Amino acid sequence: MDLKEFLKKASLAHGVSGFEYMHIAQVVKDAMAGLVDEVKTDALGNVIGIKNGHGPDPRPRIMLAGHMDEIGLMVTKIEEGGFLRFAPVGGVDQRVLPGHEVIVYGKRPLTGVIGVKPPHLTSPEETKKAHKMEDLFIDTGLPEAEVRNLVRVGDVVTFKRQVSELMGDRLSGKALDDRAGVAVILACLEELKKYKVDADVYAVATSQEEVSLGGALVSSYGLQPDIGIAIDVCHGETPGVPEWRTSSVGKGPALAQGANIHPKVFEALEKAAKEVGVSVQKEIAPAATGTDAWAIQVTRAGVATGLVSIPLRYMHTSVETLSMGDIEGAGRLLARFIASVDAGFVKELKTWI
Amino acid sequence: MDLRTLTSLSGVSGNENEVRSAIIKQLESMGIDYECDVMGNVIAKQGNQGPKVMIDAHMDEVGLVITHIEKNGFLRFARVGGIDPRVLVSKRVLVGKDKIPGVIGAKAIHLQERDERSRVIPIDQLFIDIGAESREQAQGKVKPGDYVVFDTEYEELAPGIIKAKALDDRVGCALLLEILKQDWQDVQVYAVFSVQEEIGLRGARVAAFAVEPDMGIALEGTVCADIPGTDKEFQATRLGKGAALSIMDRGSIPNRAMLDQLIKIAESEGIAYQFREATSGGNDAGAIQQAKAGCPVVSVSVPCRYIHTPCSIMSMSDFEAARKLVIKFLESVEGGFRP
Repeated sequence: MDLKEFLKKASLAHGVSGFEYMHIAQVVKDAMAGLVDEVKTDALGNVIGIKNGHGPDPRPRIMLAGHMDEIGLMVTKIEEGGFLRFAPVGGVDQRVLPGHEVIVYGKRPLTGVIGVKPPHLTSPEETKKAHKMEDLFIDTGLPEAEVRNLVRVGDVVTFKRQVSELMGDRLSGKALDDRAGVAVILACLEELKKYKVDADVYAVATSQEEVSLGGALVSSYGLQPDIGIAIDVCHGETPGVPEWRTSSVGKGPALAQGANIHPKVFEALEKAAKEVGVSVQKEIAPAATGTDAWAIQVTRAGVATGLVSIPLRYMHTSVETLSMGDIEGAGRLLARFIASVDAGFVKELKTWI
Repeated sequence: MDLRTLTSLSGVSGNENEVRSAIIKQLESMGIDYECDVMGNVIAKQGNQGPKVMIDAHMDEVGLVITHIEKNGFLRFARVGGIDPRVLVSKRVLVGKDKIPGVIGAKAIHLQERDERSRVIPIDQLFIDIGAESREQAQGKVKPGDYVVFDTEYEELAPGIIKAKALDDRVGCALLLEILKQDWQDVQVYAVFSVQEEIGLRGARVAAFAVEPDMGIALEGTVCADIPGTDKEFQATRLGKGAALSIMDRGSIPNRAMLDQLIKIAESEGIAYQFREATSGGNDAGAIQQAKAGCPVVSVSVPCRYIHTPCSIMSMSDFEAARKLVIKFLESVEGGFRP
């Protein structure tokens, strides 16, 4: 599998939280097809790939969760002149919006521009404040009647952004949070071909992470895993952000530690990384990780969770930037981890003394 | 040459090379005489008798220039021309002659304090990421002084509605090339594709000195704010309502006789026109008017929403109106009109 090609395709695909079925879900299903024994979709739109293990019954059940939804916008009103007002879906920074191109998913996809007044007509006073989201609008260039015919309130909107291949192995684009996590899962499934695995693996591209963690919540309920590993993104070093709050892009995936993470899962992930020679960084999460791991951990009678993160700069902008090497490394260490899990390890997860 | 081609070219003020080369090539294929001056203006001429009319469209666009490469490979930049820093965040750019792709990122929303979200990110906190891991690595691809343009795709949003970067003023360049397709006889048309308009009308100034015109016309892509949140009184122009005629701006007051002639022609020929209902901003007409002993000027513009941002929008119907209006005006000069 060409991971970069997959990620480029996945980045361009649309799938605002709750609307994953419109495009990204199919892209993920197609990519998973050759790598698992079965692919299914649940009621919340999670895409679940099942790869049966070879261990003795009862086999360990391991869930991998990477969310395929993306932040975006939703049309809330069609104004006179055909301009569209919108609300955010997920954590959209209003400061990335001015001058941004978008795609409105009406009866057909429409390119639009989030326009702002030119500097010539802007008072010095106005330029000192960030544009408020409620003052912004989308201009599709179409006559009002046509807009009303093609667009309905409730239609979703994504950022229009080509993927940039930057220097080295850096990729930049929209929705890499967390299509990168989905790419890690695919890399892991590919790598698993090299191993004899006891555990049943549930590879889940989750829905609605950006709004509620809802996809992970219900899919983990349905799958009843013993171990749940979320694969998400963490903050890459960025000028203006203290070094201690970030991880380095290109220096390997980050393994989270904290209340959301089962210590034995963390240790096993760290060990697996060492065994396959993947350098890792640490991400310290005192409480909520803000990832699918947070929902999975308290599913049913509890799930032992881990979190593997890909360092990524400019999270929730349309130019999220990461290193392909970090994704590939994460895939390799996860496969090694999965191969190391047997019934004994699962039993150990409840042994605290 | 079409707008798709013209707007895809890089031409930040002071670095108009790509645009100039393309226009020169076009002029040569049209068999039109031209000269370049020391600043890089392209001055084409048609017609050997009659009054000298200088028609100006500027080749340059607003953009950025690399000022410094950080130790960790990030590029710092300065603005060239009037760009509101608020439109830079989360955009894709192309750096230097080789068009190295880069992105302007920002601190993730998760890492921001609540009150940060209502503040403007100042220009000195913005940077371009080309994926370099170090200064040395970046230096292999870019250098301080490299110019940066927005990476925006030309697209027809609806029939006749164009979205592109740099419509200010490639739309003027496209108009000027159209005007040169006519075979002018009794008017001396000096078509000036000028440089450095966005940083102070500097190209037009020297070109007008050399041409010493009897009349000047600036062709522009001008402000258009017929958008929500802007009261009707402050919209300046309206998309699709015709060629925009300036009444006054910070650079010049149009010559009344020329303006009246344009209005008369528009009305008799049924050409849609509107007034540019704003006095802010300025264009090359200001420089042409004051060259040597001075000359009368007017500005004819195509309204463009969101100019000086990564993507602006215009209507081809306005382009067509401006084209017809200027051609008819020049015909009237051939027919004896004098301001």
